Amino acid sequence: MKISKKINIKQLLVLVVCCFCSIAVKAQTETDAIMMDKNDLCLGGIFAYSKWTNYWEGSLKRQNLNIGSVSSRQYHLMGTYGLSNKVNLLFNVPYITTKSSAGTLSGLKGFQDVSLAIKWDAYNKKVGKGNFNVLLGAGFSTPLSNYVADFQPLSIGMGSTNLNGRLTLDYSVNKFYATLSNAYIRRSNIEIDRTTYFIDRQIQSNQVAMPDMMQFNFGTGYRYNGTIVEISVSNMTSLSGFDIRRNDMPFPSNRMNATMVGGYVRYNLVSQLILVGGANYVVAGRNFGQNALVHAGLFYVITLKKSKN
Amino acid sequence: MKKLNAFIYTLILCAAISCKKDIIEQTEGIAALNPTTTDANAGDWKTILLSSGAEIDVPAPLPIANPLYVAELNEIKGLQQNITKDQQKEIDYWAAGGVLRWNEIMRELVAKYNLPPYQNEDGTYPFPQAANPFAYPLFPFSNPPYAARAYAYIAAAQYDALVATWHYKKLYGRLAPYKNTTGINPMVSPTDLPSYPSEAAVLAGTTAEMMKLLFPTEIANIEQKAASHQLSMMRAGAATRSDMLGGEALGRAVAQKFITRARNDKAGAAIGTPASWKQLEDDCKARGEMAWISLESPKRPPMLPGFGKVIPILMPAADLIALRPGPPPLTGSPQLAKETQEVYDFVKKQDRENFRIAHFWADGVGTYSPPGHWNAIAAKDFIAQNLSEVKWSRNMALLNLAMMDAAISCWDTKYFYFNARPCQIYPAIKTLTGVPNFPAYTSGHSTFSAAAATVLSYLTPARAADYTKMANEASLSRIIAGIHFRSDCDEGAKVGKKIGEYYMNRGNTDGAR
Repeated sequence: MKISKKINIKQLLVLVVCCFCSIAVKAQTETDAIMMDKNDLCLGGIFAYSKWTNYWEGSLKRQNLNIGSVSSRQYHLMGTYGLSNKVNLLFNVPYITTKSSAGTLSGLKGFQDVSLAIKWDAYNKKVGKGNFNVLLGAGFSTPLSNYVADFQPLSIGMGSTNLNGRLTLDYSVNKFYATLSNAYIRRSNIEIDRTTYFIDRQIQSNQVAMPDMMQFNFGTGYRYNGTIVEISVSNMTSLSGFDIRRNDMPFPSNRMNATMVGGYVRYNLVSQLILVGGANYVVAGRNFGQNALVHAGLFYVITLKKSKN
Repeated sequence: MKKLNAFIYTLILCAAISCKKDIIEQTEGIAALNPTTTDANAGDWKTILLSSGAEIDVPAPLPIANPLYVAELNEIKGLQQNITKDQQKEIDYWAAGGVLRWNEIMRELVAKYNLPPYQNEDGTYPFPQAANPFAYPLFPFSNPPYAARAYAYIAAAQYDALVATWHYKKLYGRLAPYKNTTGINPMVSPTDLPSYPSEAAVLAGTTAEMMKLLFPTEIANIEQKAASHQLSMMRAGAATRSDMLGGEALGRAVAQKFITRARNDKAGAAIGTPASWKQLEDDCKARGEMAWISLESPKRPPMLPGFGKVIPILMPAADLIALRPGPPPLTGSPQLAKETQEVYDFVKKQDRENFRIAHFWADGVGTYSPPGHWNAIAAKDFIAQNLSEVKWSRNMALLNLAMMDAAISCWDTKYFYFNARPCQIYPAIKTLTGVPNFPAYTSGHSTFSAAAATVLSYLTPARAADYTKMANEASLSRIIAGIHFRSDCDEGAKVGKKIGEYYMNRGNTDGAR
């Protein structure tokens, strides 16, 4: 029974590109409808590589020969723990390096933002031939190091402490499913190393107000016995912020928007060992790099305590 | 249900913790300027381009018993009825000090226009055209030399105009509106300083007029600010309409003198020509040295190679050029190898504190430039000193004249030697900020900063040690950012200090001490 149960543990990691250039990857298990069982801990790592050459300066698509391509390597330590069958805790610790292929600017590296999230399987109901499922989530992330946020596009992150609230709706019929997830991300002000900066006007402060964001994710595919094959489309939209001026450098509080398409595969190598992989690509954006990202990772499921029932 | 409640409470708690704080800017909500002295005799101070404060004629105002003046007082009483929140905000903004506010506006304009033009399809670059300022690339590209000159011209014109203002204030002695009637509430710090001509109007008129030369696409915007300055100070009871009219005319007339001078100071030819750019490179190679090349792609013409030939406002041009230091370490010399190694060792560390220093002082693309940074530093300290407007402008003029001369001298040196940046010589050097598009020797940051710190130390001796420390850090920031060799910085700083000393001497003899 145990083995079959493990196979039914559905664990999914969707990666989203989370900022203009740092190309952060975040554990967004919040976006799916899959729960770990009580006392199960799923731990693993993901490596991701991303790169863009074109970017949107405001809404103008261009290249910058003084930067060339900006690439990023990302190493994520991630985990999910089943507090109960209905409530899961998640974390992610990313280490990121960036590099540009042309020009003189130095790349950066360091630990980016730790993220912690809670996911609650709030409501289940049989509807028609399938199952309808509502999940609620909340997440928190904050920088792990005092990295330089004001060196876009080579910064590894944006430097803000974020909170998000999330609603996820999932409907599955037999082996097929569709999941729609929506989050509101609230971002703190950040502090930069200069005392004055220009957005659409001069601001005489080292504090930068960061736009809050809305995020949508829609995924659909095959989900059975621990195997998942999914295609997805996602969108992130800044609720404020300003456009990069003509031939200016990007800035953390730019109005960064992006729409991405992606694919994702998960497979149980053996009962407790899970292989994941995926890719996504930015198809439309604003103040955003046209990023292509591929990732692969390995996870292991451990039962920490025997469940009583 | 319990679970749902707990969940909602958690969310509310989280949202509360994350409450964003409004950003309070550095000079937001500062108190109205309340000078410790009116500098009543400033009309006798030594002017820069004017022969004296009396050069431009300002007609005598009407006596205060004249019905037309009484009508002006009634106008102010009318303006003070039912003041809205926005009107009050505008009054408070300008009451903090006209020189301060116009200096901030200048810094904002420099930041707005400090963007290098995007290349043409064929890999050449367009240049901003003063005759067609609204076409891309917008005129001007307010890079550091352009900015240094613009700050200096504005500051010098404001200073001469205010000396003239003080001359006529003393001559005519017409007191502020609230001293001539009851029923006007002074919403600025009350003063015994006469109000004709109005210093607010003089500053507004001078600056608006100068903008026609310096930021032609902003004329409409600046004229609105000039009107806001005058109306706000009328509403505040600081001056009447005729105080304003007299002041604005005086300001614009003084500005005309400076505009005429600026049009003939050779800055317009500083861009050079493809032939002159080639000549610089050939001359350098002929000396057996590695010539500077643009590190941008496509290669951008060097920034304002003729700026070293700009005629200074005060200092004799020949004296400035005589400050040019000897040559930098030669290509292939052990000294250059040693200095290159030093730069490489800094950048390869990726030290967070080095990034802080590099970025704090970078003042690169899209910013108010290094001279703007020193204006901000100066303004912060002057605010605390409760200076009169005329003293404010005198201090700003000394500071900015020194930095304009620093720009001229530094650009002269850069194009005289035309030598390479560290990352041109050794491409493994990756920089912590953008590499400026002009030769390395000497460092502009170091020259500007040493000049500024010398002048500011003279003006505020109690802060001398801090200014020196700041200037040293600004200079060092360029080495640790991978932008400059140590020789670039040390030699630049030496010249900057000498230029600063020239303006110390000027300060000692201008009558304002």
